[in-house]
Amino acid sequence: MTDASITPPSARPKSGLFAPDARTRKRNAAEKRFRLYGMAAVGVGLLFLLFLFTSILRSGLPAFTQTVLDIEFTLTQAQFDTAESKMLKTGEYQNIFVAALQGQLEERGFEVEFDAKAIGRIVGKPGVTIRRYFLENPDRVGTPAGFELAASSRVDGYANGRVTRDTIVDSRFLMTRDLDLVDALREAGIIRGAFNWNFITGKDSGVDNPGGAGIGASVIGSFFMMLVVLFLSLPIGVAASIYLEEFAPKNRWTDVIEVNISNLAAVPSIVFGILGLAVFVQFAGLPQSAPLVGGLVLTLMTLPTIIISTRASLAAVPPSIRDAALGVGASKMQSVFHHVLPLAMPGILTGTIIGLAQALGETAPLLLIGMVGFVAREYPEGFLSGFTDANSAMPAQIYTWASRADPGFYEKAWGGIIILLLFLITMNAIAVVLRRRFERRW
Amino acid sequence: MNDMRIAERDVETNEVKIAARDVQVYYGTNHAIKDVSVEIEDKTVTAFIGPSGCGKSTFLRCINRMNDTIDVCRVSGDIRIDQQDIYDPKVDPVQLRAKVGMVFQKPNPFPKSIYDNVAYGPRIHGLARNKGELDEIVEKSLRRAAIWDEVKERLGAPGTGLSGGQQQRLCIARAVATEPEVLLMDEPCSALDPIATAQVEELIDELRKNYSVVIVTHSMQQAARVSQKTAFFHLGNLVEYGETGHIFTNPVDPRTESYITGRIG
Repeated sequence: MTDASITPPSARPKSGLFAPDARTRKRNAAEKRFRLYGMAAVGVGLLFLLFLFTSILRSGLPAFTQTVLDIEFTLTQAQFDTAESKMLKTGEYQNIFVAALQGQLEERGFEVEFDAKAIGRIVGKPGVTIRRYFLENPDRVGTPAGFELAASSRVDGYANGRVTRDTIVDSRFLMTRDLDLVDALREAGIIRGAFNWNFITGKDSGVDNPGGAGIGASVIGSFFMMLVVLFLSLPIGVAASIYLEEFAPKNRWTDVIEVNISNLAAVPSIVFGILGLAVFVQFAGLPQSAPLVGGLVLTLMTLPTIIISTRASLAAVPPSIRDAALGVGASKMQSVFHHVLPLAMPGILTGTIIGLAQALGETAPLLLIGMVGFVAREYPEGFLSGFTDANSAMPAQIYTWASRADPGFYEKAWGGIIILLLFLITMNAIAVVLRRRFERRW
Repeated sequence: MNDMRIAERDVETNEVKIAARDVQVYYGTNHAIKDVSVEIEDKTVTAFIGPSGCGKSTFLRCINRMNDTIDVCRVSGDIRIDQQDIYDPKVDPVQLRAKVGMVFQKPNPFPKSIYDNVAYGPRIHGLARNKGELDEIVEKSLRRAAIWDEVKERLGAPGTGLSGGQQQRLCIARAVATEPEVLLMDEPCSALDPIATAQVEELIDELRKNYSVVIVTHSMQQAARVSQKTAFFHLGNLVEYGETGHIFTNPVDPRTESYITGRIG
């Protein structure tokens, strides 16, 4: 210690150990306050998170259910023959369906009057579905056949509470009096909510059919994009970082490169989108709306993130390990690949997965290269065509749904966000697991 | 025992292993080593002593060209091992370092198993043709480093999980596993307690039978205990070099005397 401990300053008054003096009290109070601020900040953050999740779940969960109408009835051979001989065949099937529905309602003691038009507003055109079924399975004629028909988006909204008797406006989509029928059907157990698999596996639907919209095709689009991003950005990014960090001489050139990489990480994504449009689509002639092009654009976006995080984790490896390797006669490359890289691996993987997660949620550049939501109408035919067939990606699909007029799409957009978040959480979990796994090997 | 006597006698007749002439080292504009000329003998422990920052570690790192890894470092002059200039453009520093092993100040085992730590050098230099030979090299090296008995039961355990003294001996085992001709030690005991230090010193004396050992140390007692030759560095100059006994009992230069008696440094 220095002189201070030898001659205590005279200004310091003598005090007991049990009674804190004014300065100590002040210091302790400041510390206590700081802790409170910290806890308050964390609390506010958690509150927002909770709010976010409840609002996402509340708005998005209805997208995973679909109101369906269950009905089982027998079509006699005579009815089949009559219907097939009519000019308006599906109309006849619709009438048969209405009659069957009416019969079942009466059987269960409900008395509601309705016509084929009301049925049309509630479940669309059941005649088409029924006719197709019996044409494909003629042997079913004369035996009881069950049908599960998807209710229209307004009925779905009524079941979910989005549409109420107060807010409904009579239109060709749904009338107030139809709700009596819906209520009766629901009480009779003919209409019920079912899990909407089509939302997870299906393709995008037309603008007036939110019930038929699914995110499956754009999940596939995102998957192929991520494949491109992973297999391009990881090797290029890691190789570039290793060269820059371990081998490149420190001169003006590498300084310029370094500054530019850092700057690229901050370039708005839409700039990459228009660059991709100009270079990959217009100049190189790659197909528009293709996940390959989307992947290339996102690779450009992800590279700076991966390079920066990889370089940081390489630089964090203690120099003594490099010395040790060189000291036993390892070459520079051996020291990097045998010792430095394995130690940097957890950091590199975390950086890569965070980069991929960022790319997965990127929307703006995809819109510019034509990967908009309504393109996702078909699944790719095979693995290779998955890269080149026009498709969309999850965030672009969500954006498209959110901008559509039908309120049914609103909950589809939220539902899409739930699925996107599930993917992101999975990726982050993988990052954590990989990190643990590699760290355990010291 | 018999071997010991031969080793003692050899001190007088050893030939020169490392010959340095007019070595200058610059870190940027800082002239760190000035005109150092020294002849280091084979099968001898040579100690470099001197106050901090006097250039002894820098000079040590010139002998296996570890300074090449520092961008701003420039070395001129002439260092020969067995009459071969190690700074000749034809020399591959990687090959040189296989011949000139190094133990660092801070124990720096690889974050791998004890076995892999020792086996790494022989593996990359292709010293073993099969697993059996490699096992043999590992055991021999660990025995030489006087740590075999402590770790033979847990060769698969991480080298970083050992105590400081054990880690340093593991690093020595790793260095001798590649069969170097010269062993450079940069303050190998500065992070160790007296017991571990004693073990390492004993080991250094053992190693003298086969190698030319150069050790940098801050402890004059250590230099006196383990070395046959001592070089005193001060402010980048090699002030005095000679038999350890002479340097400590009868220094020629007043600066050496001041340092040894504790007046500078």
